[in-house]
Amino acid sequence: MKKDSLIIANKKFNSRLIVGTGKYKNMSECAKAIKLSGAEIVTVAVRRVNISDKNKPLLMDYIDPKKITYLPNTAGCFNSKEALRTLRLAREIGGWKLVKLEVLGDKKNLFPDMIETLKSTEVLAKEGFKVMVYCNDDPLMAKRLENSGADAIMPLAAPIGSGLGIQNKINIQIIRKQTKLPLIIDAGLGQASDATIAMELGCDGVLVNTAIAKAKKPFEMALAFKNAVIAGRQSFKSGRIDKILMGNPSSPSKGII
Amino acid sequence: MKKIKKIKIKINGKIKSINQDSNLSLALKNLKIPLNKVAIELNEEIIDKKKINKIKLNKNDKIEIVHFIGGG
Repeated sequence: MKKDSLIIANKKFNSRLIVGTGKYKNMSECAKAIKLSGAEIVTVAVRRVNISDKNKPLLMDYIDPKKITYLPNTAGCFNSKEALRTLRLAREIGGWKLVKLEVLGDKKNLFPDMIETLKSTEVLAKEGFKVMVYCNDDPLMAKRLENSGADAIMPLAAPIGSGLGIQNKINIQIIRKQTKLPLIIDAGLGQASDATIAMELGCDGVLVNTAIAKAKKPFEMALAFKNAVIAGRQSFKSGRIDKILMGNPSSPSKGII
Repeated sequence: MKKIKKIKIKINGKIKSINQDSNLSLALKNLKIPLNKVAIELNEEIIDKKKINKIKLNKNDKIEIVHFIGGG
């Protein structure tokens, strides 16, 4: 079978599952879950170094950025200024240009502030960043992000951490039809089948954090998501049958005794 | 012995007292910061890590040192 790579900003990835590194019990649980998920890209947050506890374990000691692509994220930023500051710092840590932009607008539902997101995308693209953009499942906004220089469109399935699964399949399909950019479902998935559905809608990948990290058995769930993404992609590429309202027997009607 | 004058600066929100003739490189060395894993801001401006031993610190300077942690 022909290799079916995910290409983001000219970089090839074999896995279509991106995982977050937050909410795990500890670093080693996080590292093991990532390994089992097969993910080649992980999102990371930019935060202050703990200067009073120098022995605190570092993420880079557990997940080797030479083997796994770090995707710095602006989670927790509520305006363009904070998001730009965060990503400029992330680039400074070690040359990271591929980033995930996430500008939130509401502390309760964590929906993206699309006006601030759009503004930030323009600036970041001009500064040479490769921007994967967390956004609403709004086809018009997705188009505007694309025109502003986004490298990947990442609409939410449902509010971050909600586990509700894809709420608006129609919009996701419309966005799929209108863009050739990588389309990655970000946020709101709850179980492996949600990832399969995303892939069957024609998405190029999914990003999952809470659904794996907070599952009762994170390692098993990491594997389940890995398989679900593969299954969904294969299903999408295989060309499903048309839906009909009547029954259509699977066995020949000729020769019935 | 001449007494070395101290100045107060803020690192990651915490007030620290350092020698007046100190530079950014020395301040970071004392905190055992692994330079290859962090980014540094001085008064909200990103600092080129290669130039930190040339950067003098002044009273009330604000330094932010960030790194990557787990996140979604």
